[in-house]
Amino acid sequence: MAIDVEEVTGSTPSTTTRTIHVTVNGVAHRSTIQNRMLLVHYLRERLRLTGTHIGCDTAHCGACTVLVDGTPVKSCNLFAVQVDGRKVDTVEGLEKGGKLHPVQEGFHLEHGLQCGYCTPGMMMASVALLARNPNPTEEEIRRGLSGNLCRCTGYVNIVKAVQHAAKKMQEPAKGGA
Amino acid sequence: MAEAIAGGIGQSIPRKEDARFIRGKGNYVDDVDLPGMLFLDLVRSPYAHAKITAIRKEKALAVPGVLAVITGADLAAAKLAWMPTLMSDTQMVLPTDTVMFQGQEVAGVVGVDRYAAADGVAAVEVDYEPLPVVIDPFKALEPGAPVLRPDKKKTDNHIWHWEVGDKAETEKALKNSAVVITEKLYIPRIHVSSIETCGCVAQVDAMGKLTVWMTTQAPHAIRTVFALVSGLPEQNIRVISPDIGGGFGGKVPVYPGYVIAVVAALTTGKPVKWIEDRTGNLTSDSFARDYHIEAEMGATKDGKLTALRVKTLADHGYTDAAANPSKFPAGLFHIITGSYPFAAAFVEVDAAYTNKPPGGIAYRCSFRVTEAAYTIERLVENMAHRLQIDPAEFRMRNFIRPDAFPFKSVLGWTYDSGNYGGALKKAMEMIGYADLRKEQAEKRKRGELMGIGISSFTEIVGAGPSQTFDILGIKMFDSAEVRIHPTGKVIARLGTKSQGQGHETTYAQILAEELGLPADAINIEEGDTDTAPYGLGTYASRSTPTSGAAAAMAARKIREKAAKIAAHLLEVSPDDIEWKDHKFQVKGVPEKSKTMADVAFAAYTNFPKGMEAGLEATDYYDPPNMTYPFGSYICAVDVDKETGQVKIRRFVAVDDCGVIINPTIVDGQIHGGLTMGFAPAMLEEIPYDADGNNRAGSFLEYLLPTAVETPKWETGKTVTPSPHHPFGAKGVGESATVGAPAAIVNAVLDALEPYGVTNIDIPLSPHKVWKAIHAKDAK
Amino acid sequence: MYPPNFEYYAPTTLDEAIGLLDQHQGEAKVLAGGQSLIGMMKLRLAQPAALVDINRIPDLSYVREDASALAIGALTRTAELGRSDVIRARYAILADAGREIADPTVRNWGTVGGNLSHGDPGNDLPACMLALNAEYVAQGPKGRRTIPARKFYQDSFVTALGPSEVLVEARVPRAGPGSGSAYSKMERKVGDYATAAVGVRLAVAKSGAIEGAGIGLTNVGPTAIYAAAASDFLNGKTGSAADLEKAGELAASASAPVADNRGPVEFKRDMVRVWTRRTVAHAIARAKGGA
Ligand SMILES: Cc1cc2nc3c(=O)[nH]c(=O)nc-3n(C[C@H](O)[C@H](O)[C@H](O)COP(=O)(O)OP(=O)(O)OC[C@H]3O[C@@H](n4cnc5c(N)ncnc54)[C@H](O)[C@@H]3O)c2cc1C
Ligand code: FES
Ligand code: FES
Repeated sequence: MAIDVEEVTGSTPSTTTRTIHVTVNGVAHRSTIQNRMLLVHYLRERLRLTGTHIGCDTAHCGACTVLVDGTPVKSCNLFAVQVDGRKVDTVEGLEKGGKLHPVQEGFHLEHGLQCGYCTPGMMMASVALLARNPNPTEEEIRRGLSGNLCRCTGYVNIVKAVQHAAKKMQEPAKGGA
Repeated sequence: MAEAIAGGIGQSIPRKEDARFIRGKGNYVDDVDLPGMLFLDLVRSPYAHAKITAIRKEKALAVPGVLAVITGADLAAAKLAWMPTLMSDTQMVLPTDTVMFQGQEVAGVVGVDRYAAADGVAAVEVDYEPLPVVIDPFKALEPGAPVLRPDKKKTDNHIWHWEVGDKAETEKALKNSAVVITEKLYIPRIHVSSIETCGCVAQVDAMGKLTVWMTTQAPHAIRTVFALVSGLPEQNIRVISPDIGGGFGGKVPVYPGYVIAVVAALTTGKPVKWIEDRTGNLTSDSFARDYHIEAEMGATKDGKLTALRVKTLADHGYTDAAANPSKFPAGLFHIITGSYPFAAAFVEVDAAYTNKPPGGIAYRCSFRVTEAAYTIERLVENMAHRLQIDPAEFRMRNFIRPDAFPFKSVLGWTYDSGNYGGALKKAMEMIGYADLRKEQAEKRKRGELMGIGISSFTEIVGAGPSQTFDILGIKMFDSAEVRIHPTGKVIARLGTKSQGQGHETTYAQILAEELGLPADAINIEEGDTDTAPYGLGTYASRSTPTSGAAAAMAARKIREKAAKIAAHLLEVSPDDIEWKDHKFQVKGVPEKSKTMADVAFAAYTNFPKGMEAGLEATDYYDPPNMTYPFGSYICAVDVDKETGQVKIRRFVAVDDCGVIINPTIVDGQIHGGLTMGFAPAMLEEIPYDADGNNRAGSFLEYLLPTAVETPKWETGKTVTPSPHHPFGAKGVGESATVGAPAAIVNAVLDALEPYGVTNIDIPLSPHKVWKAIHAKDAK
Repeated sequence: MYPPNFEYYAPTTLDEAIGLLDQHQGEAKVLAGGQSLIGMMKLRLAQPAALVDINRIPDLSYVREDASALAIGALTRTAELGRSDVIRARYAILADAGREIADPTVRNWGTVGGNLSHGDPGNDLPACMLALNAEYVAQGPKGRRTIPARKFYQDSFVTALGPSEVLVEARVPRAGPGSGSAYSKMERKVGDYATAAVGVRLAVAKSGAIEGAGIGLTNVGPTAIYAAAASDFLNGKTGSAADLEKAGELAASASAPVADNRGPVEFKRDMVRVWTRRTVAHAIARAKGGA
């Protein structure tokens, strides 16, 4: 496993900073951060994983959705210090060995994205939804993704994208993630 | 029949740009990271109208990580405290003495990171002396109202009056009409709320060149405006519009944050990033709509429409910062006669200043076209009810006939093509109109509220012909520059800027079709003013009608030269060459042919004597006319009588946008457009209280629909090509937003017919529907 | 929107957590799911000097039914309520609420304890606990105590919990035979706080008479409201149309809504009436074995 260590230069240990150990997309990181740093900023600005987006201040849009120990969370509504010792998965980790995750494939083939801004959060929420419910109905998909706003697509093709992924993931042996 | 070219027009190929987006590798403004970059955050006004008596920076400057505080006084010294709007009004970058709306930018704080800048914002001390607040535009125009813009030497709050049509003729026609209905419709303030907010990164290099990565739908026009405002030479300004997370009209104007970031970069010598938060976005960026409309419509007893008169008051906030073509302060609102051949019509609009943020931009629609389509389709429906004629039948009787095109409307537009009855008929079949009406009649007998609503709208897009359309004097052409490399691969650059519309794919499809090369071999670039040809940008569904046309025309210019090279290769006279089945063929001898790829190689290796090397062309396309997409939408709803909740049971949308480049992308545009038609009809509004407090300043109160509220859209198509567009396309990004609201509201009002309700202002929140039912608690 | 900085502690025992809270003398706040607190900190509406993150304290997340009560640990995520078999089968009111709180992502993280102790009148679980006549177990420097839900909510964001106390468990009286419950939430969209919401629990005796009725109301007053008169009225009644209507009216008069974007006062009151009637009917149907 790769190890990526980085620290704030010149920062002195204090009561308002903390050193955390986080595994992001399988890579272990050790970072010293201000306690108040939100997870989304840690991912975007410290680890430069900019696929996770920000669309609001109030935890409504879901553009920042990532998985923490497999559970979807809005990373704008969680402090990075809270994920110390945990596993975080972001959109950048979906493709494995040059092979798209079925959810990525579904979004592409079913035209489940337009501007692409909501897409990473939408896909992470979809991955979590399918992990819990591998064969969801349209209703369950719509409910399951209702923590994520999309302004472009009208959701029709996002539903199709998830259905595509569900089907693909149930095909035996052929792989996927 | 020849083989289709891979990825040509009409094929649903998956999008090229997806490759980066699905991997989280898009490059949006907030993803730009430069060494030493600083962050700008903004102090905003808690008051809607107040005098600023002092701004104290000291405490903020003492905050660790804060480097600078920029105020209006600082900008005034550089003559940058004010900037022009696209409507030739003036807007503050930062105030020197007065704030005009709640949420207005008051000072900029520059810090080493976002957190430090935010700490600085919290520490800036501002003293305000509240002034009387003007919120209601009708009151704003009353004598004695506080004058909001004394800086403009104004003595009242009236901005402009605009009218079109024959007033006397319309008056007479209404008088002579057997039936006249009047309706007051308020189309409230709403906000486009793309999921990406606005932002920029400004950098000045050692040569004095300013580069601004910014969320703009119109990079070239913005560069010109920057040059004019700042005095910097235009070649030393580079505007890059990277991936844009949705625009919908909200990323056309120049916002103060951009300018302050540029000033901050100039003063600190470091790159400066400004990313707006959602509250800033909702409380200070350009709003849409806010039209108070009073419309009268006349008809004969047997149901023929006669005349239309519309009087409107537009609330523009404290400055007119709409983004309309210069000659049309109310946009294209005079498309308001819609799909009907009125013999007389008169439209007037007055605009007023109030203590609200500026704007008047589109919301995924061409300039004020939604306001127009909503008004006409609401009134047509009401007229049908009034005359007790089925609303579908009523429309069929009144539509402009298919053989009447090109059709000159009484308010001056020349509609290019249409078949309105065809679209409505198809929508009725898809939804099973007759059966729904039967079901409705039965439900009514049981006291259940079910409604069916129609909207048969006509849009006007593709601005626009240079004799009538300009923005700040710049004509509204658009451009394409196409270059074919020796191996038959293509790079094309265009003056527009995709914000999700899929230009990298659809433009490639246009060029594939026109050049006979696979779409895979064609790369599209937009949004960098240093490399792309000048164009006015992407909004108002203008990209396909203008840049798309320019791409086709540039390709045709290339074909002219290529034909000569083909003739040279085939050793025949150019007159004997024809472009057929995506190849150059010797007339009558199809087996003697050369592909575009053959020709491309020859253009660099073996071209005729006397000819220049290379294979490229540029086209600046000035459309001969606007295009007029249209459609018919039918909506069926059930209303909960006790709670006022509306459930959209079915929604069928039949659109006609002329020739379709990529059916999947077009459907996607329509799904999205329908959702942005549904949202203002049912959920979205930015209300203000009497003190000017914005009551929807976050997604807690500004209600974007999720997948759960959004209806399951059903779509259909008819195809009536535009006769003047190079390949018959009309533009589609916005039709659905324009057409959908009236269908939904008509359906709800149809459900409420037993209560005699003829209007509820959108959004149709349960409490409003409940009130309408209770106020007239019928039978 | 960026919060000011703070000290952060992640204790692994309850005693340690309480000690930290006590040390900070009201300047520290418990961080549970963070789904309300972090938002308020970003807006700088809350500026605690320290956060005591209780997520690393083991054994605070559980749903257990014993002979006298259903016990729910404070760190149980709200989404669990909609998934737990025992709750779905016997305390449907909580399962209903567990599917309506916020949105699926927020529910995964927000906790039952946080939802109950935040004191926001828009929180959905307090009204359920009022209807269920639950008790909260709080632990502080002086040990454990039990607070009836019906005495817990004092004003918006003001509860009976002391600054150094941690809410550790909610105890719901065990559902007896013939009991039924339901929660209905009228919301403008997913993720919205209720326009009005009503929670009902009751039992239907063999005689057909209603017993032990409890009705709680969400977001129609400064706190969640226990509609005592409506609840008492239902006891002994059969649940006729007229009974339901009367209960609705009584609940409406117990509400004290304020006008906002969701609607004017009269509307909200009427929604309490309508939804009380509908939700009581639903609870009765469930008590009689329906879904
Ligand atoms: C977009 C969005 C929509 C929402 N919609 C709804 C909704 O419709 N209905 C609803 O009910 N809620 C809603 N919420 C709030 C959400 O349910 C929160 O999770 C809940 O209010 C608080 O729980 P928490 O565990 O997240 O608490 P936190 O945010 O961690 O804490 C909230 C408060 O409670 C205190 N606290 C938390 N746990 C304890 C404890 N065990 N002992 C003592 N004090 C404690 C904290 O100190 C803090 O003051 C929404 C939130 C968001 C972001
Ligand atoms: S950024 Fe909107 S939910 Fe996180
Ligand atoms: S694709 Fe643009 S917000 Fe979803």
